[in-house]
Amino acid sequence: MEEIKNFTFSVYTENNVGILNRLSAIFLKRHINIESMTVSKSEIEHVHRFTFVVNISETQARKLVGQLEKQIEVIGAFYHTEDEIIYHETALFKISTEYLYDEQIQDKLKFRRAHIISITERFFVIEASGLKEDIDNMYEKLKPYKLLQFVRSGRIAITRPKMAISELLAEIN
Amino acid sequence: MEILNKQVKEKKTAATVKMTGAEAVIKCLLEEGSELAYGYPGGAIMPVYDEIYKYRDQFHHVLTRHEQGAIHAAQGFARVTGEVGVVFATSGPGATNLVTGIADAQIDSTPLVCITGQVASHLLGSDAFQETDIIGISTPVTKWNYQITKASEIPEVFAKAFYIAKSGRPGPVLIDITKDAQFGEVDFSYKKCEKIRSYRATPKINIEKIKEAATLINSAKKPFIVWGQGVIIGEAEQEFKNFIEKTDIPSASTVLGLSALETSHPLNVGMVGMHGNYAPNVLTNSCDVLIAIGMRFDDRVTGNLQTYAKQAKVIHFEIDPAEVDKNVKSDVAVLGTVKETLAEIMQYVNKADHKVWMKEFDKLLQIEKDKVIFDQLNPTKPGLTMGEVLGGINKETNGDAVIVSDVGQHQMFACRYADFIKTRSSVTSGGLGTMGFALPAAIGAKMGVPDREVVAIIGDGGYQMTCNELGTILQTKAAVKIVVLNNSYLGMVRQWQELFFDKRYASTEMVSPDFVKLAEAYDIEAQRVSKREDLADAIKTMLASKDAYFLEVIIEQEDNVFPMIPTGASVSDIRLS
Repeated sequence: MEEIKNFTFSVYTENNVGILNRLSAIFLKRHINIESMTVSKSEIEHVHRFTFVVNISETQARKLVGQLEKQIEVIGAFYHTEDEIIYHETALFKISTEYLYDEQIQDKLKFRRAHIISITERFFVIEASGLKEDIDNMYEKLKPYKLLQFVRSGRIAITRPKMAISELLAEIN
Repeated sequence: MEILNKQVKEKKTAATVKMTGAEAVIKCLLEEGSELAYGYPGGAIMPVYDEIYKYRDQFHHVLTRHEQGAIHAAQGFARVTGEVGVVFATSGPGATNLVTGIADAQIDSTPLVCITGQVASHLLGSDAFQETDIIGISTPVTKWNYQITKASEIPEVFAKAFYIAKSGRPGPVLIDITKDAQFGEVDFSYKKCEKIRSYRATPKINIEKIKEAATLINSAKKPFIVWGQGVIIGEAEQEFKNFIEKTDIPSASTVLGLSALETSHPLNVGMVGMHGNYAPNVLTNSCDVLIAIGMRFDDRVTGNLQTYAKQAKVIHFEIDPAEVDKNVKSDVAVLGTVKETLAEIMQYVNKADHKVWMKEFDKLLQIEKDKVIFDQLNPTKPGLTMGEVLGGINKETNGDAVIVSDVGQHQMFACRYADFIKTRSSVTSGGLGTMGFALPAAIGAKMGVPDREVVAIIGDGGYQMTCNELGTILQTKAAVKIVVLNNSYLGMVRQWQELFFDKRYASTEMVSPDFVKLAEAYDIEAQRVSKREDLADAIKTMLASKDAYFLEVIIEQEDNVFPMIPTGASVSDIRLS
């Protein structure tokens, strides 16, 4: 049995209605769970970038990229292991204001990328960003304070290797 | 002043013509050279049907009896002509009834443009009457799909649709058009699509890979070719023949590759796969270089992948990069259209002689003949065999007919025993295995090649899934020859029940109506044969008929199709009985 690893897929697409459905259907058909997903503009105008995170074997990852890239409106698809990317996730924690002056919580916030972004009479909101593990850590630390809400973003990633999308576009044209 | 304004306005739009979206749809089809479509009208597509009426001198529409019939007919048309098949359906159930055919076309790489009506754009998402999310439903089984909500989008989207359906590895495209877009106005001008920036129809050819492949082929002692439908879709039959004749390599077909090379060609060693021929299956595991050409190593071809051609170096000629190393790891992948890559490799391959190796195929063929084929073609037991029916058809047509088969035992008999002398002569549902495919596909095929004999070979099960299309034959006079091989069972499932489920025949016995009377009710001449001595004459009568004809042959009930590679077994462990 081949080793299951964490892969980050970067998929460059046209910005049209229905592409998300088309891409997610490829994961669904193969019974692959998407751990996280983000979509945004990319460095090229009118080209969007999907970032999917999945836990699969490398063989599956290679085949998946072939199927993703085959879609008409996909310009390029790539997969990367964790050491090939620089990545980030963000999380927001909503906590009751009664804990705001708790010294322990203040200590916990010393974590390098966490800070309070909003305070109201009833609650305050902490934003934390970093690697998945950093946010997991933060979550564990703040859990005792009865989280009113917790939300975390999908991964965004920049790759160390080049993904030559502009060249690819130039070549096709 | 008013007149002046009008003149200016007219001058400005001289390059375009104002028309409704619905009319633009028909104009686009005519611009693409499509003058024939199959379909079924309904509320949300009525404006387009109104234009079909107005354009009836230039554009022909075939009304089928169900949308599934329409799409299979379009598939049959596309498969025999290589052109794009066009289908119309209304929204809701009309659209969902197309889904089986779309999935079938996707897995068998058949170029289709399906046009569905949709509720007006302001009603989208309101659960309006006959509203369904056909874009969402069809996404996983289309090469591309698009919902048009403005008439102005029509020319460009249709141009893209035809380009995508036909280019590269072909496939089905679905265009969903809201009713307001059909009524809306468009300044019509048409430009065919030649490229899409995010889509590379055919991969770039790498000459180094071709040289690597040639080196392997030149050093091979026991090379073996398996070709697929890519040879037919790529119109590379001649290049393929030149290549195998120069290199003298024994070649076997997949189900979908049948007829790309004439059956009688000395290098044609038959068909691979679950019910393929004995020699090519067994020797897949003896060859030293396996050359796959325009095929995708379907599980029905490879049997158990762990034991498939492990001893061989594998060369894969393929148009679709996603197919390379998907099921079988190749040593050399030659990407590109086979028409180009096979022509290119000719200068690098040596003329060779593999007669000694070919003898191994002959030896195993003799075993298959003795144990299986001879008894199928010349049975002595009282019950008629499917093989002898195909043999009888071969005798009368000399292999010149288009054979359209359905799905099941009779399909495997048709693929095994039908002779072919021309390409695009075998039409069957290979990848999806859609029962009910053959009758409507045969109607479409006949319309695609009206001068050729088209014979549909169908089982009693599959026939009853789409025999409503006899109505289409009645209305269009399509001269399809229908042969129903009736064993009163769902034969293939029954065979598996016999072999692997201790003969527990769960829901495979089939009681059928009087098929002859049914055909006659549709004004189709018909007869039933249950005795061997009547078979040859019945086939002769059927093929002599200028019109559609129905022939039912009562077949031995519990006959099995052999050889067979049981699920999970190795290709070389193929069973002869």
